[in-house]
Amino acid sequence: MKNMMKSGVAALALTIGANAATAEGELVLYHWFEYMPQELLDKFKAETGITVTMDTYDSNEAMLASLKAGGIGTYDVSVPGDYMVAIMAGEGMLDTIAEGELKNKGNISPDWSDPSFDPGRASSIPYQWGSTSFAVNRDAYDGDIQTTDILFNPPAELQGRINVLDSQGEVMALAAIHMGIPQCSTDREQLKALNAMLQEAKQHWASFNSDTAKEVLVSGDADVGMIYDGFAAKARQEKASVEYAFPTQGYVAWMDSVVLLKDAPNRDSALKFMDFLLEPENIAAVSNFARYNNGLTGTSEFLDPDLLAQPENNPPETAGPGVFIEVCDEQTQAVYDKIWTELKK
Amino acid sequence: MASKQFDIKSYTGFKGITLLCLIILYAPLVVVTIYSFNASQSLTNWEGLSLRWYVDVFSGPESAKFKTAAWNSFVIAIIAATTATAIATLAATGMVRGGRFRLRPVSFGLISLPLMVPEIVLAVATLIFFNSIGFQRGLLTILLAHIAFCIPFAYLPISARMQGIEDSYEQAALDLYATKRQAFTKILMPLMMPGIISGFLLAFIVSLDDFIITNFVKGAGVETLPTAIFGSVKQGIKPNIMAISTLLLSLSIVMVTISYFVSKSDNTK
Amino acid sequence: MAAGATSGGSATTDTYKEARTWLLLPSWVTLSILVLAPVIMMLIYSFLTKEFRGGVIWEFSLSAYDQFFFDRGLFGDEPPKLEWTYISIFWRSIWQAGVATLLSLAIGFPTAYFIATRSEEMRPVWVFLITIPYWVNLLIRTVSMKFLLRDQGPLNDFLINIGLIDSPLHIVNTNFAVQLGLFYSYLPFMVLPIYAAVERYNFSLSEAAADLYASKLTTLRRVVLPAIKPGVIAGCILVFVPSMGSFLAPDLLGGAKNFMIGSLIEEQFKGNAGNWPFGAAASMILLSMVLIILMFSARQQAKADKAEG
Repeated sequence: MKNMMKSGVAALALTIGANAATAEGELVLYHWFEYMPQELLDKFKAETGITVTMDTYDSNEAMLASLKAGGIGTYDVSVPGDYMVAIMAGEGMLDTIAEGELKNKGNISPDWSDPSFDPGRASSIPYQWGSTSFAVNRDAYDGDIQTTDILFNPPAELQGRINVLDSQGEVMALAAIHMGIPQCSTDREQLKALNAMLQEAKQHWASFNSDTAKEVLVSGDADVGMIYDGFAAKARQEKASVEYAFPTQGYVAWMDSVVLLKDAPNRDSALKFMDFLLEPENIAAVSNFARYNNGLTGTSEFLDPDLLAQPENNPPETAGPGVFIEVCDEQTQAVYDKIWTELKK
Repeated sequence: MASKQFDIKSYTGFKGITLLCLIILYAPLVVVTIYSFNASQSLTNWEGLSLRWYVDVFSGPESAKFKTAAWNSFVIAIIAATTATAIATLAATGMVRGGRFRLRPVSFGLISLPLMVPEIVLAVATLIFFNSIGFQRGLLTILLAHIAFCIPFAYLPISARMQGIEDSYEQAALDLYATKRQAFTKILMPLMMPGIISGFLLAFIVSLDDFIITNFVKGAGVETLPTAIFGSVKQGIKPNIMAISTLLLSLSIVMVTISYFVSKSDNTK
Repeated sequence: MAAGATSGGSATTDTYKEARTWLLLPSWVTLSILVLAPVIMMLIYSFLTKEFRGGVIWEFSLSAYDQFFFDRGLFGDEPPKLEWTYISIFWRSIWQAGVATLLSLAIGFPTAYFIATRSEEMRPVWVFLITIPYWVNLLIRTVSMKFLLRDQGPLNDFLINIGLIDSPLHIVNTNFAVQLGLFYSYLPFMVLPIYAAVERYNFSLSEAAADLYASKLTTLRRVVLPAIKPGVIAGCILVFVPSMGSFLAPDLLGGAKNFMIGSLIEEQFKGNAGNWPFGAAASMILLSMVLIILMFSARQQAKADKAEG
């Protein structure tokens, strides 16, 4: 026991020592769980000599909370979702990338070079993008699924068989799309109707789960599941009857971007890393790993052919528009928080 | 006479309930073990027997990460549980054998405080606290936080045990001119062992399982098993987690078997 | 009977009175710095103004507590009514944790008793048998539990095959599943403290009771239980209190359709709400509630001890 403890203490001291020594050529990345292939980090190190230390989070809001609690100044880059980029910019958490600092900036596809959440890509580069709607087990229901009614006004055979993401932003955005009202609406009648609609819809929902969104579909615990497109593709590989829907009313689109954080301790390394991710071959490796799309031009030759062809990436012509989650102001957000609490109380 | 005493000790049905208890405890683990040998990516579809996930654990791209994470977890759990058990044993002695004193309820409140504060609050508060005193996050911050929240889990079984031990044994030793220190180490401690072991084991599994606080106070790049395992949540739980869990189970069973035979040979000496 | 109470009750003696301060000092120092200081900070936070999207503004405000107790309608401009939302969330958590504790006690007490009456070399083996499953991560255990309980899962298959039921029982996404999950999450926390107490129990007391023609059940209730009460109380605290703040079992097994305290508070720090003062206030209310329950039970116990002693 004593020896065990000794070696434990020694190991501990060693690791702390290693942490304290901030060697040249380091980069501290704050990233989603399981969203970056280790091979790519190894490649980056081989090319630049920079060692990447990665810390992970499981939601945009968790990352924001941790940065607010003092994480700013310890990380170089993070990978927030679209609306979170806007929020972080508003909070003054992002550093500006000057013109010419990124030599590969031209590789960004014109569609993604001037997004609403970061005009002119002042502090971010595209990482991956995709959509959020829902998938249905076609063995259980063979009617029309290209409608948000499946979630919010389900046919009898699907009632009580629905899993919804436990995420306020996505549920509220899709609910607004369903009702045809603007997101972050301040119209009282619309908000009351939204509240009533959700209360009604909840009676038909079986569960709110994000972590097992794929499992419940594959196992048959649910026949409808709100889900991200890449996740739905994986569910389909395990259970062929799972079909991802692009509702005619529209669906939620998202884009995760790599941002340069304020007070980054290794700003130069961060820029090198961003340039590295702006190489089509490298970002394609991420896409092949995570099964989402990227925002660069010239990547198609590096992508798995089946990734391009998969139905989750190819909306039918009937599909409505994909819309980003909007950032509400404080007063409106308070109402949305209230509706969410009412829904889950 | 002997048979009568045995009869008095045992209650019909208790054995059955114990077996039920074991079935409940182990049934989910049978699932874990079976699915660790699944050939499929999926957690729910069975596609035949395979060792691919074990190969993945030892030579997959994440094997280095899991190895360090497992090592970190065990070192932290052992040090944190040992320290917490030592602190809790001393505290229990002070509380149960220290006479009546005014601050006793306050002291009890302080010791059970980590239990009462929701983990997420302790996590955010500790993070802000460490940041405000300029403490760099890393293994040490995890260790300190674990020691603190393990204390009540070690303390409660230990003090419950101590309350069951009459102090007549120690008094007899003191009457025979033993020092207080001797009475404590030679009489009280051996009698306390089942309580101390229980406390240590609870502290150990609590530390081994902690995710929320660890995730907040760990520094960049430092992983423990739970934080490494939760990583798979984002992409769906892969069977390699099941393989790791099965390996851990086997390891614990081997350790228990060894310690059983060691203690048995000690007894027969 | 009095002998049973004094030998096993919460007798406090003063053998190490002089060393008391030194014995308690390590725990005081550790917990004051690492837990009390952060908690006091949270107490202060609960009286501050919230900063939009997390964080606090250093201005005194009671709005966190106001939000907890008063309902001002969807848009916050109606005359205040008593807010039932959060009270019902608290009540639900207490109820679920309470049922889980009773379940743990019903299974855990006989198990602990059985283990404590095994031979001396077998006892540690049993103790390890109870804790080994907990080497596997809670998330994995809970997911596997869900797998077992599913409509088409092994449990339902088994029950249908032996002819006990005709159609599968719906267990997942019910309150019962949550209680079962909490029970499973914390079972050793009940078994081990009780085991540590029963192991010390002097069985000649049971014999004496039997000699006085007490039935076995009476002996259990009037002699054994009072003697091991500290262990039972410790076990109940260790299961009840963490259950109240837990969210993994409610989320995965219960479907997260209804907030429990743990998820409500987590949402304030990690979710969209980002309302730290409210999260802090809810934690402080939870903390004081648990403190009151603990103090109350401690007082009851002291009273009972006095009455018996």
